[in-house]
Amino acid sequence: MPEPVLHPADEAELAAIVADACAARRSVAVAGGGSKAGIGRPAETAAAIGTARLTGVTLYEPAEMVIGARAGTPLDELTALLDGKGQMLPFEPADWRALLGTESSRPTLGGLAAANLSGPRRITAGACRDSLIGVRFVNGKGEVIKSGGRVMKNVTGYDLTKLMAGSWGTLGILTELVFKVLPKPEASASLVWHGLDDDRAVALMSAGLGSPFEVSAAAHLPADPGGEARTVLRLENFRSSIAYRTEALARQLKRFGGCDVLDHQACRAFWRQVGEVAPLAGRDGAVWRLSVAPSKAAALGAELRRRGEVKLFYDWGGGLVWLLAPETAGMAEAIEAASRVQGGHALLVRAGADFRVSAFRFGPQEGPLAGLHARVKQTFDPAHILNTGRLGA
Amino acid sequence: MAEGTPRPTTGIPMPPPDPRIMQRRESILDGLARLVPAENLISSEDECRAYETDAFTAYRAMPLAVVLPESTDEVAAVLRFLHRENVPVVPRGAGTSLAGGALPQADAVVVGLAKMSKVLELRFEDRIARVQAGITNLGISGAVAHERFFYAPDPSSQLACTIAGNIAMNSGGAHCLKYGVTTNNILGVRLVTMEGEILDIGGDTMDADGYDLLGIVIGSEGQFGIVTEAVVRILPMAEGARPMLVGFASPEAAGRCVATIIGSGIIPVAIEYMDKLAIEITEGFAHAGYPLDAAAMLIIEVEGSNAEIERLLGLIAATAREHGATTIKVSTSEAESAAIWKGRKSAFGATGRIADYICMDGTIPTGQLPMVLTRIGEITRAHGLRVANVFHAGDGNLHPLVLYNVNDADQREKAEACGFDILRLCVEAGGCLTGEHGVGIEKRDLMRTQFNQTDLDQQKALKLAFDPKWLLNPAKVFPLDMRPDRS
Repeated sequence: MPEPVLHPADEAELAAIVADACAARRSVAVAGGGSKAGIGRPAETAAAIGTARLTGVTLYEPAEMVIGARAGTPLDELTALLDGKGQMLPFEPADWRALLGTESSRPTLGGLAAANLSGPRRITAGACRDSLIGVRFVNGKGEVIKSGGRVMKNVTGYDLTKLMAGSWGTLGILTELVFKVLPKPEASASLVWHGLDDDRAVALMSAGLGSPFEVSAAAHLPADPGGEARTVLRLENFRSSIAYRTEALARQLKRFGGCDVLDHQACRAFWRQVGEVAPLAGRDGAVWRLSVAPSKAAALGAELRRRGEVKLFYDWGGGLVWLLAPETAGMAEAIEAASRVQGGHALLVRAGADFRVSAFRFGPQEGPLAGLHARVKQTFDPAHILNTGRLGA
Repeated sequence: MAEGTPRPTTGIPMPPPDPRIMQRRESILDGLARLVPAENLISSEDECRAYETDAFTAYRAMPLAVVLPESTDEVAAVLRFLHRENVPVVPRGAGTSLAGGALPQADAVVVGLAKMSKVLELRFEDRIARVQAGITNLGISGAVAHERFFYAPDPSSQLACTIAGNIAMNSGGAHCLKYGVTTNNILGVRLVTMEGEILDIGGDTMDADGYDLLGIVIGSEGQFGIVTEAVVRILPMAEGARPMLVGFASPEAAGRCVATIIGSGIIPVAIEYMDKLAIEITEGFAHAGYPLDAAAMLIIEVEGSNAEIERLLGLIAATAREHGATTIKVSTSEAESAAIWKGRKSAFGATGRIADYICMDGTIPTGQLPMVLTRIGEITRAHGLRVANVFHAGDGNLHPLVLYNVNDADQREKAEACGFDILRLCVEAGGCLTGEHGVGIEKRDLMRTQFNQTDLDQQKALKLAFDPKWLLNPAKVFPLDMRPDRS
């Protein structure tokens, strides 16, 4: 049965709704644009709070490289505004709508930050949480809390802003966000190597990212049947630097063979597809996102292939492995185990509802760290009413 | 005052020592002696004196004892014991805190990380270093320089300060405009809680599993646990880097020039600002060729190949000329570059040679720079003092150095009041109380100018989630009246 969705007109009304819910111990879900509604377990809540009326840019100072907006502001609106001044969000927000089948939704800034979603540039520019410098949110008691601000360096008190990023609405409902922004690079180009196996590809990406030429993205797409593997490094800079750096990087990585070059347009299209997880979209099965140290990525990939019929590709120089695998309990266990052996962890991003209930896992499940997670949650949401059940607790 | 109570040297109060702890000093020392080798336990007054203050030297207190563990397990054993005994703990890196973050108290044991300074693992292919937390900031860069890598956040104290202290304060430095601060450059820590539990938070992956606990541990001023190891990101050095000096006839012109440079799409690795007094003081010490006729000066550094550097410095010089620059001097050699940076990095030390000073650390939106600089001048004059301004212009992190005479009680009070007025001004201008030094004891009682009680209560709840007995660095960060009653 669909939940009733409440649409508070402002932060104060939102706070009052949450305070009432807390008093009544009635749980509420948080709904932004709905683009990521299928991630995590279905929330076990009586109603949802929508952020559709909490919109609008509240601050934009291009020369200070900061932008602030209310949480329900659609991401595309903000992006268009930044575009007009030649600026961008550094972490290259990833768009998972095609992957998740939520094409008709409009991602919001609140959802972006709550999920801490970062695209290919994350490897050099940092994650969404690294660009987020200030937030206002309503905690599970209905209190309005502020953290950080509009300046890039701020160590006054604890950095709750970072904690809110990636907490999926379970610690508080974001109402306003301030991001640091960067000038958009004047030009870009990508170097493409063909036919490398995973080991060689990861070695190539590490060498590229260890070079002085500021490689801003590195992905490896293993061969599809009948196709050829591609390993791609991106350079972004002033137009006059791109030609020099392309040549210098190709020369430095000559031992991996010759490469082709994608121009600015082709480069943009390619990295958009990587950010959208296009190689795995539109295919049956569960989609996982595995974090691992790059040097262990190829071994993880090989282990996963031994465990079953999977398709995968590498982003972040190997630090992020995207995986399509059958929706079976055995496979889920194998994926978790293989990632842990390599010192990493796995997040289930897309699957059917039943499988999500059984296989979705967030954070440590036992030991002192799990206890600390629970105590932290308790301080923000003592009645356990925010997005109850979504992260499994 | 009870015997052994430190006398406050100026206006910031410290809580009186707990007599129940002071009375048990001998048995607490006995307990510690069973946990660490004798040479790592310091209890004599003479030896403890080295730990009675940090770089916020106006405040001093003799600690109950000092322990210098050599391993994470020793830290855990010491904390577990002190937790059971209800004894407060003051964590300490190199003691370079400018906000009294490592200031001891008479009923607390200082746990110092000086003996834990090893590099544990270097993985250039993953661009990480795993280090013990007592290593110096510059020590990490030194350990990876042979492969042309470095650790980016560079506080001015980087030669001496430890990565543990950087993590505690989330400190930055001149090159943070491009590379970010500590929190952007750490992937994981090993944290020992006050209860003696050893937690690995984050690790060697780019995203952590679960909540971003690493994000709140960094900058928690040693109040959540003691960090004993860290996994830090190391970055490849640029092909080259070169600074230029630009002098201006007014602070306003310098401020507008910074805005135009950034607006044009250039992100220098550093933009440092010095006012007239700071230029004079520093030039007298470092002889770096700073323009003595300028009212304000910028040090702007860019990176890349030689051709890229030439081009960027050319563009910046053109912008500077449009803003009426009175001096433009581009470094032409390694020696000149080193001299330019030597001046900036030694600005605090050079100031200390001519006067006592307190170093403020507020951050403001850079658009407010002209107004704030004017007001700082007015505030300082109203208190009958002088101020030298040195700061990171790209990110608005101000370091007004308020000059005074430490032996003059009246001036001491005025300097402190003047500093507080400046910090309040930063908050009013849309900024914050501290950009990189931390709250410590210095700004503890100003926290209510930036946060309301609800904000502070949420932070306090988090502190209690990590440290239920409120024993870790207990008299820092929060206004004293927020401390839970331990009686």
